[in-house]
Amino acid sequence: MTSGTLRRWPPATLMNHAGRSNIRESPGDSENLEFNGTEAVRAVSLVRHYKLGGSLIPAVDGVSLAADHGEFIALLGASGSGKSTLLNLIAGLDRPDSGAIVVEGQDLATFDSLSLARYRRHTVGMVFQAFNLVPKMTLYENVELPMRFAETRRRERKARALEALEKVGLTDRMRHRPSELSGGEQQRAALARALVNRPKVLLADEPTGNLDSKTGIEIMDLIQELNRALNMTVIMVTHERQLAERYAARMIFLSDGKVQNETANHKLGAAR
Amino acid sequence: MVELAGRNLREAGLRNSLTTVGISVGVASLVAMLSLGIGLQQFFNRQLGRSGLFDSIFVAQRSEFRGPRAQQVDLTPPKPLDDAARRSFEKVSGVDEVYPYVSAVGEFRLERSKPEDSHFSVIGGLPASARGSEAFDDFQGEFYSSGEAPEAIILSDFARVLLGLPPQPQNAEQKLTAEQAQQLLGKTLVLRYAQRAADAAPQPTPSPKSQKDESSDDDSDSSAFNVIRKQQDLKIVGIVSSEPYRGMRQGRTSVLLPVGFAEMLNMIQPGDVRSLIRPGMGKTYNNIVVRVSKSKDVSAVEDQIKKLGFNAFSIMDASQNLSRAFFFLDTFLAIFGSLALAVASLGIVNTLVMAILERRREIGIMKALGASDSDVKRIFFVEAGTMGILGGALGAGLGWVIGRVINLGTNVYMSRHDFKPQDFWYVPLWLVITALVFSVVVSLFAGLYPASRAARLNPVEALRHE
Repeated sequence: MTSGTLRRWPPATLMNHAGRSNIRESPGDSENLEFNGTEAVRAVSLVRHYKLGGSLIPAVDGVSLAADHGEFIALLGASGSGKSTLLNLIAGLDRPDSGAIVVEGQDLATFDSLSLARYRRHTVGMVFQAFNLVPKMTLYENVELPMRFAETRRRERKARALEALEKVGLTDRMRHRPSELSGGEQQRAALARALVNRPKVLLADEPTGNLDSKTGIEIMDLIQELNRALNMTVIMVTHERQLAERYAARMIFLSDGKVQNETANHKLGAAR
Repeated sequence: MVELAGRNLREAGLRNSLTTVGISVGVASLVAMLSLGIGLQQFFNRQLGRSGLFDSIFVAQRSEFRGPRAQQVDLTPPKPLDDAARRSFEKVSGVDEVYPYVSAVGEFRLERSKPEDSHFSVIGGLPASARGSEAFDDFQGEFYSSGEAPEAIILSDFARVLLGLPPQPQNAEQKLTAEQAQQLLGKTLVLRYAQRAADAAPQPTPSPKSQKDESSDDDSDSSAFNVIRKQQDLKIVGIVSSEPYRGMRQGRTSVLLPVGFAEMLNMIQPGDVRSLIRPGMGKTYNNIVVRVSKSKDVSAVEDQIKKLGFNAFSIMDASQNLSRAFFFLDTFLAIFGSLALAVASLGIVNTLVMAILERRREIGIMKALGASDSDVKRIFFVEAGTMGILGGALGAGLGWVIGRVINLGTNVYMSRHDFKPQDFWYVPLWLVITALVFSVVVSLFAGLYPASRAARLNPVEALRHE
């Protein structure tokens, strides 16, 4: 595991490309950017603003957080609090206007677009509220898809896709298209797809948001099982405090793009 | 990526098929236009090549005539175009055949016909190589048995004269019927002609007092010649509808003899007047035809002959002008044909931009799963390229069919107007390959904008897309 000093956004090479050179510095600029090697994820003074009409909306406004290896963190907050934006920044789907992110020792500020794609391919896996399966592909093909981008050999692709589908209990449904499956099955397939490239960090954005409570619990149990069995770091966005208390070791509350509160979950296990 | 692109193409099968058909129509128009241009060029080259003009050089003695432009004329005495000159031409590298240009006037009648049925006409000499001329494509009878045989090939319109038939209209079929031809083939044609009898003793002729009779000059008498009337029986072996090597003789000859035999007859030709005026010139040729093995050597051989001191003329310049004209025609046809392909390429842009709008979320998902910008670009390029390859292949085939139909239609029209069917259309392999490559390149070029637009999609925004 690497340790050292983080590079701050916006890197000079990205400023012009992103066209965000007019963004103000984050309030956490003075924060110590040193990080230690035990952290799976470290975000420092992240700022992400969106332009809406003529004004800038601070979706994430100076957020700093850290997650240890194998830790299960829940990001909580109301709609528009910035939790999904924060998750997208950690996933490398979006770039912050300022601040720094290190995931598994990789400083995302130094990444160009190809490196970010590789990072999304190998380091993080994502699960979405809307499942985001490709409707015209079967479950097997959906699960196999990330390995195509990783240029995994066909034989290995097959073995790993079957293994992932088996883990989520969908082997018998692998030839079905997403539209032929229930919400729970689709989310399990999405989970299998997120795991197939064996990521170190699982990022889940409202994974139970489109599911009934019983199916939601099934999915969450599965995520927790993977978290424990694979020592996989999980960062989950949810607005359901109950769910967070039941599964997350730590809860970070966001409001208006800022961290309002951060608490260790003492009730973990007791809520079951 | 190829698999993903293939799946995408199948998903929107109808739209992509229509776009592919659009490309194929563009390629077909390009192939049809160019193959027509190439076919026409080949047709003209073939016709001109078979006319014997493109591989022949016409050699003449340098002009001695003095007139208004005398200052431009070389004042040194010209080299005679005699046997020595003829032999020197044969030694020039690249020369295939050297023969004298024979053209004389004679009187003809069929054996056993009345003397009043005699007809004057022009006699020409024909080399053995003339057998390849287009005039012999459907001639009646046979070619000469040898270069010195007393045999004649006659033109069909002269054959009509001999048979007492009325002449045919210009565009009508000139060929005789089999029965008409049989009335002449193998028959004897009696030729009366004026022979230049060499080394004859000069005959004093009466002359007006004002004129000096040079034939009485002893110094010049030794090379004077007599003109005597001769008669020669010729066997009619063949009848042709058009004159072989017509371009060389301006189409005035009615009776063609083997050039070797025509030489042996030693007929008086217009140039012999010079020998008569200037005794001591000896036997010279009016013109000599030098045929080269390869038409590309014509210019070099022509230059060599000029260096030997003779006037030489070929129509290679005309051929080069023709090539240039066809180059412009082909370019024009290619541009015209490419317009349809350009329009079809807009179809590709439209199809792929539509695909981006439809697959916006899917692109977002792929990017979230680790697809790089170039992966997304590649998928769109493979889709554009596949449409280009399929459209190109289909278009080349369609172009071929269009060309065949044009050819067929033209030939039907021509046959109705009593012309021989011809191939005006030709699709060379290089054109098929070029059309395919061009189609793919145009398609990929058309895919540039949609591919880069898809690659630039923000994954977060794309994932939000419903």
